[in-house]
Amino acid sequence: MISYKRFFPKLIVGLLLIFSIVSVKAQDGKALFSQNCASCHAIDKKLTGPALKGVEERWSGSRKNLHAWIKNSGSYLKTGDKYSNDLFKEYNGVSMTAFEGSLDDKQIDAILDYVKNWKPAALPVATAAAQTEGDNTLLFGILTLILAVVALILLQVNANLRKLSYDKTGVVSDEPIPFYKNRSYIAMFAVVLFLVGGYLTTKGAIGLGRNKDYQPVQPIFYSHKVHAGINQINCLYCHGGAQDSKHASIPSVNVCMNCHQAINEYKGEKLYTEEGVEVNGTDQIKKLYEFAAFTPGKPWDASKAKPIEWTKIHNLPDHVYFNHSQHIKAGKVQCQTCHGEITKMDEVKQFADLSMGWCINCHRESKVQFKENGFYSIYQKYHDGLKNGTIDSTKGITVEMIGGTECQKCHY
Amino acid sequence: MNKYWQSFGELNNSEAYQQTSKDEFREELPFENAEETGFLQAKAPRRDFLKYMGFTTAAAAIAASCEVPVKKAIPFANKPEDIVPGVANYYATTFVQDGEAVSIVAKVRDGRPIKIEGNELSPITKGGTSARVQASVLDLYDGARLRFPTVAGAEATFEEADKAIAAAIGGNTVLLTSTVNSPTSLEVIKQFLAKYPNSKHVVYDAISYSGMLLANEATYGKKTIPTYRFDNAKAIVSIGADFLGTWVSPIEFARQYALGRKISEKNPTLSKHIQFESVASLTGSNADERYLHRPSETSLVVLSLYNAISGKGVSGVADAKLKAGIEKAAKELLAAKGEALVVSGSNDVNVQILVNAINELLGAGGKTIDWSATYNTYKGIDKDFAELVSDMNAGKVDSLLVMGANPAYTWFDSAKFVDGLKKVKTTISFNPKADETTQLCKYVIPTHHFLESWGDAEAKTGHYSFLQPTIYPLFKTRQWQDSLLKWSGATADYLAFTKSFWSAKVGGETGWDKVLQDGVKTEAAGTTTASFNSAAVAAASSALSAAKVSTKTELVVYEKIAIGAGQGTSNPWLMELPDPVTRATWDNYLVVSPAMAITLLGIDLTNNGQADSYEVQPPKHLVDITVNGKKVTLPALIIPGTHPNTVGVALGFGRTPKVGRAAVTDEGGMVGANVFPFTSLSGATISFSAAEVQLADTKELYKVALTQTHNVYNTKQGNRTEVMKEFSLAEFQEHPSIVLEEREEELKPFGGVENFRKEGTLYGVYDKPGIKWGMSVDLNACNGCGACVVACTAENNVSVVGKPEVLRAHEMHWLRIDRYYTGDLENPNVVFQPLMCQHCDNAPCENVCPVAATNHSSEGLNQMTYNRCIGTRYCANNCPYKVRRFNWADYTGADSFPDNQKGIISDVTTMMTDDLNRMVLNPDVTVRSRGVIEKCSFCVQRLQDGKLKAKKESRPLKSGENNEWDVKSACQQACPTNAIVFGNVNDAKSAVSLHREENNKRLFYSLEQLHVLPNVSYLAKVRNIEEEKAVKAEGKEEKKVSKEG
Repeated sequence: MISYKRFFPKLIVGLLLIFSIVSVKAQDGKALFSQNCASCHAIDKKLTGPALKGVEERWSGSRKNLHAWIKNSGSYLKTGDKYSNDLFKEYNGVSMTAFEGSLDDKQIDAILDYVKNWKPAALPVATAAAQTEGDNTLLFGILTLILAVVALILLQVNANLRKLSYDKTGVVSDEPIPFYKNRSYIAMFAVVLFLVGGYLTTKGAIGLGRNKDYQPVQPIFYSHKVHAGINQINCLYCHGGAQDSKHASIPSVNVCMNCHQAINEYKGEKLYTEEGVEVNGTDQIKKLYEFAAFTPGKPWDASKAKPIEWTKIHNLPDHVYFNHSQHIKAGKVQCQTCHGEITKMDEVKQFADLSMGWCINCHRESKVQFKENGFYSIYQKYHDGLKNGTIDSTKGITVEMIGGTECQKCHY
Repeated sequence: MNKYWQSFGELNNSEAYQQTSKDEFREELPFENAEETGFLQAKAPRRDFLKYMGFTTAAAAIAASCEVPVKKAIPFANKPEDIVPGVANYYATTFVQDGEAVSIVAKVRDGRPIKIEGNELSPITKGGTSARVQASVLDLYDGARLRFPTVAGAEATFEEADKAIAAAIGGNTVLLTSTVNSPTSLEVIKQFLAKYPNSKHVVYDAISYSGMLLANEATYGKKTIPTYRFDNAKAIVSIGADFLGTWVSPIEFARQYALGRKISEKNPTLSKHIQFESVASLTGSNADERYLHRPSETSLVVLSLYNAISGKGVSGVADAKLKAGIEKAAKELLAAKGEALVVSGSNDVNVQILVNAINELLGAGGKTIDWSATYNTYKGIDKDFAELVSDMNAGKVDSLLVMGANPAYTWFDSAKFVDGLKKVKTTISFNPKADETTQLCKYVIPTHHFLESWGDAEAKTGHYSFLQPTIYPLFKTRQWQDSLLKWSGATADYLAFTKSFWSAKVGGETGWDKVLQDGVKTEAAGTTTASFNSAAVAAASSALSAAKVSTKTELVVYEKIAIGAGQGTSNPWLMELPDPVTRATWDNYLVVSPAMAITLLGIDLTNNGQADSYEVQPPKHLVDITVNGKKVTLPALIIPGTHPNTVGVALGFGRTPKVGRAAVTDEGGMVGANVFPFTSLSGATISFSAAEVQLADTKELYKVALTQTHNVYNTKQGNRTEVMKEFSLAEFQEHPSIVLEEREEELKPFGGVENFRKEGTLYGVYDKPGIKWGMSVDLNACNGCGACVVACTAENNVSVVGKPEVLRAHEMHWLRIDRYYTGDLENPNVVFQPLMCQHCDNAPCENVCPVAATNHSSEGLNQMTYNRCIGTRYCANNCPYKVRRFNWADYTGADSFPDNQKGIISDVTTMMTDDLNRMVLNPDVTVRSRGVIEKCSFCVQRLQDGKLKAKKESRPLKSGENNEWDVKSACQQACPTNAIVFGNVNDAKSAVSLHREENNKRLFYSLEQLHVLPNVSYLAKVRNIEEEKAVKAEGKEEKKVSKEG
């Protein structure tokens, strides 16, 4: 857009107009790109298909040919165009999905505009950086112990001195009781033991069934970092259930094979397990081929594939109803809010403890899409409240205010 | 005397009744004599308690130290495009049971059908269902289904069986089926018959409509049953036809009937319904007036009615009440001429000819009787089957193929059939279970359940309904049509056959897809009238006038709404559904009238002590019932509305244990007894009554699990029976706001109806900012059929508890239908009231819970949180409606130790917890474990789902405006009469708001005076009778007296 500014510095009205059109178009283009193209193409990287950056230059600026190719690459190849035929060979004869009927010229143009104007975005700085919370428990413990010993010694000294002074003044007094027989000490010790024991027991009991940081070894070393992070595949491409269903759902083998029919080796940076052992990415893809019963270079018979038995990481008790689509589609919550920085995890681990307190806290603080979502139009009282200021508009309408912390929103 | 009574104890206000209504739980608490002997001697003394506690703590500690179990998440290998795990798919298909066919929509969650709804596109049912349709999904997961084909009892592959059968089949071949109404199946049968010379198709129905079919043939020249239009009828007279429960097409008739029974304030008219019957039926219970007669008087009643209508007057009826009734009926029918309808449940050809003649006189043709579409559901002619049985005995049949029919159980002379079957060389059965007939067949090729099948059905001519599989076949079964096609040498399978059959008619592949998706297809109707041939009437009436009226005690065998001819006996949901009329579960019994109870059982219900010993203690007298030398012994239940000289027994019991665990008692015997042998072949048709029955009280006792006396609870603030309100049409027309005024007067000290909410309490009033859920039930439309109860069971994973637990009042139904009597003890008026959690805004259960496991939501729901409940049962104790249920045992198999409950709970319940049966559970509803309270949640899982749907589409919730729904409760959706309306009452345009507003004058809340502020409203029942006024005044008078006393 800045470039437009340079080309037409004086036509302010026209500029505004173009501005709006272009931005709308680009916005559409982005959405269309992620819906239709992103599963095989990235803009600056080779995936199943070539990187799209500079595609128009490579096609000698001919959008017409490009349109024909996108709509039906098979029939375009027959024209004998050299560049496209070379491309077809380069990608092992895997032809591009035909978009005839699903994308019209305007939409293709929108996508091409988006690609043209694309700038690598600065990766969002990690917001929820892992807190390197220094563990001072040991230090405090030792300190307490020393102080307790000192106190004990001082008390003993005090008792001995008192005894001596009594002896000196001739006052008759009892023999001093050794501290391990002293009732007050025993009582104090019992109380401390009870409190500490009770605290630990309660804490342990509350923690039952909670598995924060659970990170099992999976049958395939599948790196979310490589897929969602480096290659920026949309989460919903594999976990499509998250916007339609209660389950985010783990992708089936055929979804993996959409890309991995073409991508059969790993060429990225080295991969390491949590223990630091190096993992050969290409071997992992071969493991997938075993499940899929696929031999590279041969056509794939999907019906021979076997499902992969992943180990489930996020487990909720049976009496909790959780719906992904409620949060993703209706609530517009980001996946990362609950799953952490998945784009940086080679092996996924449980980010949140999934406790009820954790859920409730979020429901207390999170705002619902109150004005955006037509469903909430019936909450007249709240709309009035926002208008006349009785409801703090910076806090907005939280999930709690529409009943999101009531028992039967999750337990039924 | 109270105005309403649910039980005889209540009628007499007997001691035992007072006792039970005082206590919340029937059994004593487990601290027997603890006060006297000290707690150490009690069953669970303090030391034991400490021991148990220690053990539990230790066990918990050990369990906790174990590692967290590793769970696997296994996705599809290839995900089908239209399946999203966790999202239900709905497939239109058809419930098929013998000749019955009901268009349904099956809810399929992750590959398993879990719930059945009616198909709203069906012009016949318009989305209504029955208890049996609702329960049929459980039959799919029935462990008693045959799992593979057998040859002479040994497992065989289909190839082996086909080979053996191909060699064995031949000679005189008979295909014996129950009614088949599927056009393609009939085509398949035609091909099969063509392949085998000397073969024929015989249709046999256990519940025969031969009488009607033959009568229609004689008078209209059509051997079929026309469509009845109860919605067009202003006057309805039924002579023993239970058209709301079991007769011909009950779902359709219930809907039509309710249209005439729903009363609007602007135009207060009602249809008039007079029922003549011998044994209390569901339809009789709903009638405005019911007259009792002997079964042998049926001819006389019909003849007299015919005479009265043709102006000849009633003569020869000895019973004055009955005579008056016939005259009344004739008067009402004539007054509504052209809009009147007479139906009869008799299977006597002459009776049905006369009924046709009456309808002709009344001008019913084209108006209340529609010939443009006729029923294909019952086509069996008894005589044909009788001939087949003699042929078999004469050795004239070489091969017999049985599909659907089960004559070894249902034929009156089953011994003769069985003898004949032994003489048949090749016997093949397609029946899905090892029923009585299948056990005797050499080759058994079990067919699919209808939810696994392809196909079509034509319940009414021109009304097609389609079947598509909703699950891959669970067992090695094969659709019977496929077997027949194979044996006829066809290369195409039945699916290809059906597809090509229909593609040609509906416009190719797209047309076929469309009808499969819709599930129904209706073709233009023909002419609605048929020409009447009166030639047969004279002969019929002279035959009827010659019929003798018996002077002995008579017997009627009838169908129960849930059990049918035995299809429901193996279904635990249906067995546990309380019969609407008798309120009994899990059993078969003899129905006797209060008058006969005095002579037969020595029980006088007006005598306090005797009534108590009959009613409050469950054991009932066992009675020997003998008809023509055949004897069965069954317990006797006293049911008002039964003729004093007639007794009734239901069909469908006494099944072979192989049809399922539910048909077996806990002691291992059969549930009930088979009374098909009490039917007889009279002339050309089967008669379902016997003119002479010997009854003898054995003095032995037998426990029957009756639920009506459960959940009785009276408080100082109000008796249970005050939950009902009812009045007559005359009163309503004259004084429409009578209910409103009554309420106004009652609530006057607390601010009147308008301000009652605010001024009747110390508590604050909480607002409901968004949605407020509410329900409204029209008692005029509800006929008590029980479809909602089974729908609720299926939707909410309500457990089956089995007979021993029902006996202890531990049944778990979230929704029950209470039966109220009023008036004459021998022939009372009946009102049914569905009662579920009322979701009180000022709920008494909520403030007594020590752990806040039950509390109120901002949407007006009374929430029950199982994982928080510790089982004090204070809430159940404090609930004035008695709608909370406690899990006394682990009915659902939720316990972590398998078999932990063996011997504690009934075997039937254990069966329901096996992996196969658990496939029917709704994954969106928690399976409750032992020790928690549960209750109606207003189907909160559906509410959440509906709200989410609206949110995803960014629009307000649709709650019935323009008949668009995001949310329907399971009971509402199942109801064939739309008696239940549910939705958002904060939305002024929602269906429930309109329902309440339009019927404001009939609206009431049960036990409103308690200020519990229920969210369920009822519309008072209006009865089309004139003389109610006097009765009512009398009732009030007496109530006063009893209060003083």
